Amino acid sequence: MKRLVPLTITFIVGFVLIFSVFLPPAEGLDQTFTLYFDIIAVFAFFLGGGNLMRVHINKLRRQKKDWGFSVVTIAGFLFMLAAGLFKIGNPGDIATAVDTQGSLFKTVFDYVINPLQSTMYSLLAFFVASASYRAFRAKNREATLLLIAAFVILLGRTPFGMMVTGWIPDSFSIFQIPNLAIWIMNSPNLAGQRAIIIGIGLGVISMSLRLILGVERSYLGDDNA
Amino acid sequence: MPNIGVSISLLVIFGGLAWLLIRSISGREVDRRIIFVFIFVAVAAPLLFPITFQEKATSIVRDLFDRIEELPEGSHVLISFDFDPAMAPEVQPMANAISRHCLDKGHRVIFMSLWATGQSLMTTTLTNVILPEFPEKVDGRDYVNIGFKAGNEGVLNVIVSDFKKMFPTNVNGVPLDSMEIFEGIESCADLDFIVALGGGRPGPKEWVLFVGDPADVPIGVGVAAVVAPQLYPYYPQQVIGILGGIKGAAEYESELTHRRERFADMETPGLHMMGPQTLAHLVIMSFIIIGNIAFFRKKRSGSDSR
Amino acid sequence: MRVGKSTFLHLCLAFSLSLILILILLTLVSAQEVDSLRSSTDSAYTIPDSGLVLVAPVTSLIAEDYKYDDGEQLKLSWVPSIDDQLVDSKVLGYRLFRSIDGGTPEILAKLPPGTNSFLDRTVQRERKYQYYLETFSENFVVQSIVTAAISPEREWLNLDRGWLFIIALFISIAIIFFVEKAKRGHKLYVRKIAGLEAIDEAVGRATEMGRPVLFIPGINDMDDVQTLAALTILGRVSRTIADYDSQIFMPVSRSLVMTAARETIKTSYMAAGRPDAYSDDMVNYVTDEQFGYVAAVDGLMVRERPATVFLLGAFFAESLILAETGNSVGAIQIAGTARPAQLPFFIAACDFTLIGEELFAASAYLSGEPRQLGSLKGQDVGKGLAMSVIILGVLAVTIATAWDVEIMHNVHNWLLGVFSSN
Repeated sequence: MKRLVPLTITFIVGFVLIFSVFLPPAEGLDQTFTLYFDIIAVFAFFLGGGNLMRVHINKLRRQKKDWGFSVVTIAGFLFMLAAGLFKIGNPGDIATAVDTQGSLFKTVFDYVINPLQSTMYSLLAFFVASASYRAFRAKNREATLLLIAAFVILLGRTPFGMMVTGWIPDSFSIFQIPNLAIWIMNSPNLAGQRAIIIGIGLGVISMSLRLILGVERSYLGDDNA
Repeated sequence: MPNIGVSISLLVIFGGLAWLLIRSISGREVDRRIIFVFIFVAVAAPLLFPITFQEKATSIVRDLFDRIEELPEGSHVLISFDFDPAMAPEVQPMANAISRHCLDKGHRVIFMSLWATGQSLMTTTLTNVILPEFPEKVDGRDYVNIGFKAGNEGVLNVIVSDFKKMFPTNVNGVPLDSMEIFEGIESCADLDFIVALGGGRPGPKEWVLFVGDPADVPIGVGVAAVVAPQLYPYYPQQVIGILGGIKGAAEYESELTHRRERFADMETPGLHMMGPQTLAHLVIMSFIIIGNIAFFRKKRSGSDSR
Repeated sequence: MRVGKSTFLHLCLAFSLSLILILILLTLVSAQEVDSLRSSTDSAYTIPDSGLVLVAPVTSLIAEDYKYDDGEQLKLSWVPSIDDQLVDSKVLGYRLFRSIDGGTPEILAKLPPGTNSFLDRTVQRERKYQYYLETFSENFVVQSIVTAAISPEREWLNLDRGWLFIIALFISIAIIFFVEKAKRGHKLYVRKIAGLEAIDEAVGRATEMGRPVLFIPGINDMDDVQTLAALTILGRVSRTIADYDSQIFMPVSRSLVMTAARETIKTSYMAAGRPDAYSDDMVNYVTDEQFGYVAAVDGLMVRERPATVFLLGAFFAESLILAETGNSVGAIQIAGTARPAQLPFFIAACDFTLIGEELFAASAYLSGEPRQLGSLKGQDVGKGLAMSVIILGVLAVTIATAWDVEIMHNVHNWLLGVFSSN
C-alpha cells in the first residue's frame, strides 16, 4: 500500500499531464499542477527551517564539535527572519515591498548577503585556474585539440585576441582570434552541445516513462523494482 | 601613479610566472595555493590601478543593441532580473546599460524577477540608475517594478497567456489595471521585446522555451559567461542577441557610449572589469603552459629512467 | 435539351437582378447592425471643423476563433489607421468595443497606437460577440465596421502539435516495446559506463578508510527530473552503504528533497536489514540559497574529509567550486548532470562523470533489471530517428542550395514545418 499510492498518483498525474499538451480542454492543467507544487513547496519551507533549527540546536545543546558555527547560523536565521517578517526599518507601510530601500532587510542584503555571495562565486576564478592547470595537458591528440581550443577561447575573450591578430586582412577575418573563438563556440561546440541536448531529451523521456509506468521505483527506496 | 602601480603588478605577475616556468623545466608541479596567489594578484592589481581596454561590439551583442535601437518609441520591453548577488558583478552592468538604453529610447519598461534575490538587485538598478538619471520618467507610465514571483517556470507558463493572473499588482501593491503602462498588455504575447538576464534556472533558457517560442515574442539575453555556450543553440532564430559575461556587458557599454551621445561619460563597470579578466586569462594560459612543460619533462624523465 | 439564346439572356438578367437585390438587402441589414452598435460617438461622423485632427478608421477588422484552445479566446486583427504613423502620428490610440449577444456595446480595451491585433480572453462558448474599433485623435473619433457575430469554439485536439504527438508516440512505443521484449527474456547489450562501475569500489574505499560518503543531489527541487534521477541512484548507493556499514552525509538545499531522500535511504537500510543504523541526521536541510549551500557543503568537506563524493543532479555555477574542494580533500568523485554548461567542469575536476543521458540511464544500469535496460534500448530508437532526420535535413539543404532541386526544397520545407510546431 505504501508503494501503491505514490505509484498510482505518479501514473495518473504523469499521463494526464502528457495528454494535456495535446488536448486544449486540458491545457491549463500543467499550470494548475505547477501551482499545487508551489503551494506544497511553500509549506516545505517550514519543514526545512524547522530541520535547520533542530539540527543546530541539538549541536549546541550537546556542545558537539564546531558548535560555535551553529550559534552563528541560528542567530543569522532568526535575525533575518525578524527583519523580513516585521519589516524593521521599512520606510513604507505594511503593504510596501519587504526590500524597500532603507529597510533593515535591504541593508543586510546589500552589505552582508550580497558581498558574501559574490565572494563565494568569485572562488570560481581560483578554481578555474587550478582545474585548468591540472586538466589541460596534451596527453593525447584529443586533449591537445581541447588545449588549443581553450587557448583560442581564453584569448578571444580578452582585447588581447584582437591586438595579436588584428593585422589579419578582413577577407581572412575568420582567423582573427575573437572570430575564431566565436566560430569554435558556434560550430564545433554547438554541434556537441546539441548532440548532448538531444541525448538528454531522450533520456528524460525514457526516465519519465519508467517513473510513470512504475518500472523505476528506486527513488521510493524499492530495490526490487 | 597608476602607471607605476600597473608596471609593478605586471612585473610581479610575469616575473613570478617566469620563475615558475624555469622550475617546471625540471618537471616540478605547482602547488594550487601558488596558483591562487597569482590569480588574486592578477584580479586585484587592475582593480587598484585600473587598466582600460577599448572594446568593439561583436555581432552577437550588436544584434541585441540594434533591436532595442530599432523598436519604435513607446514599445513595451520587459526586463527580467533572474540572478543573484553572486552573478551581479557580471549581469548587473548589463541590466543597468540595457535599462538606460530602453528608457532613453522612450520605451516602456516592465521590471520583474523570477528569483527572490533578483528583486533587491532590481531595486538597486532603479535607485542607482533610473531615479537619478531619468527624473522625468514616471513610475507606472514609463516603467514599473512588478517584483518577484515564486514558481519558476510556472510563473512563465501563466504570464505567457495572462499577466495579471500572476502579477495583479506592482511591488508596492498598486493594481496593474490602474497603470497606463499596462494598457493593451494582457500577456507576454503583447510585449514588443523581452530581455532575460540571469544564468541559472529559471533563466534566459526558460524564457525562450516557455515564453519566446509559444508567444512568438523576440527575446534578447544577458547571461553569466559560464552559461553563455548553453544559449548559442538558440541564436539567432530564437534569441536575438546574447551578452555573455563581463565581456558582453563591456561590449554593450562600449556600443552605448559610442552610439548614444547622452551616455558618452556614463559609468562603465563592464569595461573597467575587462582589465582583471584579461590579466586573469593570461595568468591561466601561462599556468596551462607551465603545467604542460612540467608534464612533458616528467614524462621524458620517466621514460629515461625506464 | 437545347436552350434558346433569348432564354439564356433572360436567365442571366434574372440572376443579376437577384444578386443586386441580395446585395442591397445585405447592406441594409449590416447598416442596421452598425446603427444598433453605434455608441455616443456618432458625432465623429459630423462634418469636421477646420481645427479637428481628422483620422481614418482601421480597416479589415476581422474577429475569428482562436485555433486549438478550449473555446475561451477570440482573435481580432486589423490594419491600423493610415494616420497611425511612427513619427508625428495623428492617432493617439484605439478603443475596442464589444457587444455580447447583440447587447449594448461596452469598451473592452484601450490600445496604444501601432496595435494591430488583440486576443480577447474573456469570452464564453455559449455567447455571441461582435466588435468594432474607435480610432481617436486629440479631438476626433472615428469608428470601424462591426464584425460579424462570432462564438469561440472548443477544439478537442491541438493539430498544431500533431507531429510532436506522432514523434512522442513513436519514441514511447519504442521504449515500451523494448521493455516488454526484455521482460520476455531477450538479451540486451548495454555498453559499460565507467562512472557507474566505480560506485561499489568508491563506497568500499570509504569503508576501508573509515571516512564518510558525501552525496549531493544538485540544487534543484523535486520538480526537476535530474533530482529524481539522483534519488534513484541514491537508492542503490545507500543500499551499498548499508551493506558495507559505511556512513553517508547528505546536505540538501531543498526541503522536499530532504524528505524524499530520507525516505529513500531509510527504505534502503530496511531492505539491507539494518533499520537500526539509519538516522534522520544523515540528510539535513541547509538553505535554498545557492552559495550559502555551497559554503556549507565546502565547510563539511574540509572538516569531515569524505573519502567519496557523489555530485549527481542539477548543478550550476557551484559545480566547479564543489568539485575542486572535493578534489583538494583527496576524495574520489563521481559526478553527473544534464546541464551541458557544467559538464566541462566536472570532467576537469572529477574522477568519473556521467554525461547527460548517462545520469538518467544510471539507475537502470545499476539495477541490471531487464525491464529497465529495455527502456534504454527504446531510447536508442529515438536517437536513430534524430540522426536520420539530421542527415536527411543536411542532405536536403545542401542539394537544394547547390543544385536548386525542387524536391529537396520541398523536403527541407516539410522538415521545417514538422519541427517548427510547438
